[in-house]
Amino acid sequence: MKLKSRHLLGLDGVSKEELTLILDTAASFREILDRPIKKVPPLQGKTVVNLFFESSTRTRISFELAERRLSADVVNFASSGSSVSKGETLKDTARNIEAMKIDMVVIRHSAPGSAHFLTRVLDANIINAGDGWHEHPTQGLLDMYTLREKFGTLEGLRVCIVGDITHSRVARSNIFGLITMGAHVSICGPTTLIPRDMEHLGVKVYHRLEDVIPEVDAFNVLRIQLERQASGLFPSLREYHRFFGLTKEKVAAARKPITIMHPGPINRDVELSADLADGEHSVILQQVTNGVAIRMAVLYLLGTTN
Amino acid sequence: MVLKASLSDFDGIGGFFCPQGIHMKTTKVIDSESFRRTVNRLAHEVVERKKGTENLVIVGIRTRGEHLARRLAKKIEEIEGKEVQVGILDITLYRDDLRGRLDQPQLKSTEILFDVTGKEVVLVDDVLFTGRTIRSALNALTDLGRPALIELLVLVDRGHRELPIKADFIGKSVPTSLKQEIRVLMTEIDHEDAVVLLETEGDGKESGQ
Repeated sequence: MKLKSRHLLGLDGVSKEELTLILDTAASFREILDRPIKKVPPLQGKTVVNLFFESSTRTRISFELAERRLSADVVNFASSGSSVSKGETLKDTARNIEAMKIDMVVIRHSAPGSAHFLTRVLDANIINAGDGWHEHPTQGLLDMYTLREKFGTLEGLRVCIVGDITHSRVARSNIFGLITMGAHVSICGPTTLIPRDMEHLGVKVYHRLEDVIPEVDAFNVLRIQLERQASGLFPSLREYHRFFGLTKEKVAAARKPITIMHPGPINRDVELSADLADGEHSVILQQVTNGVAIRMAVLYLLGTTN
Repeated sequence: MVLKASLSDFDGIGGFFCPQGIHMKTTKVIDSESFRRTVNRLAHEVVERKKGTENLVIVGIRTRGEHLARRLAKKIEEIEGKEVQVGILDITLYRDDLRGRLDQPQLKSTEILFDVTGKEVVLVDDVLFTGRTIRSALNALTDLGRPALIELLVLVDRGHRELPIKADFIGKSVPTSLKQEIRVLMTEIDHEDAVVLLETEGDGKESGQ
């Protein structure tokens, strides 16, 4: 059993068997993270470039740790202070880096499809670490891993993604992956932040938290990007918090405790109250730990096939 | 005992592939009775040479080494009346042929729930062949800590070493040619306990690790 593609560009179109292979492989790597020596040799001699055209702390560090723990050689690239600021195109930047003989590229870029584009100009394995509003497959996978770890299975699990769905690549990867694995996915947010016709993807759409709270096992709370307020998509952070911010009082209406996830970084007391974020049903820090295992699994599965 | 058998008699032989209808020569080197006796003898040998179970841990290499390790531990507990810790080692990440292969071996977890540092480890595998698996296992094991001592126990030594590795405890030495293949069957995963020698067409080293 191996992955069909040499690249991981998104979770759209990835089969249940492939998703299960990645999650199971990650479970094996998860054990390594608890060892005193966290390094294993399968990517020895492989060079991975992390091409980050957008700022990122968590994802970049997580990928870099995953790469180093698999014994790959790692090169980091950040667009600020590089030739990109001198006007070099993505294609030229990528081909120049590949000319230095690299094997895998991890790319984060603000343009949707940038990872797909690289597969056409480079021979290396490409991993999408977030392309615009499109997809962020490793985040989707680590969210699924965390849920599977907590609940044992994704089949029939009721997950609600709350917040700015329109501008969220995390939401899209989660929706594709979770639906393939047989979970019931719903989304909740203000009408201005939910695209039309989302039902076609197989999700239920809610516009009031009160309606969805009795119906879910887990919430995946998205970060509200502060710049969206400037473009008039919601009136104020206070109002957003009042209607769509998750608080202990609101989730108390549920019969069972609801598991809380957040891809980070959190705006405390905007989309998620601090007591919930740090509460006993929050798995936010497990998500971060599992992220390294998921990225190790993806790098291993793509990097060791010919 | 030499017999002609069709492959369908060996459904339990994991991973072995051959077109249907081809008849091949198979020899049972160890049957279920002598399998049991061999494991018992190995357990006694370990206890005798170690002078007890002080500091002793048994680590089996997935998949059949794991089951062999459990049986040995159980037998040693019977003999000595003391519990022996068992660990399972997955060597997939340490293989030296990870990249050359068309299929990808399924990665499983290493389950060693104790600190190996300072322990006397008996590493257990079913067949000792090129020695490459053991090389991988030694690297995997030393990445977990610094054992006081590592010894190797195998059920079958079939020769053809490619690395300077030898076993400390051997169930049975079976001289083989490279055209032959050794299969260890265990009731935990197969339908019987046995060691079988198969005649194959190709170079046995292709699937040797």
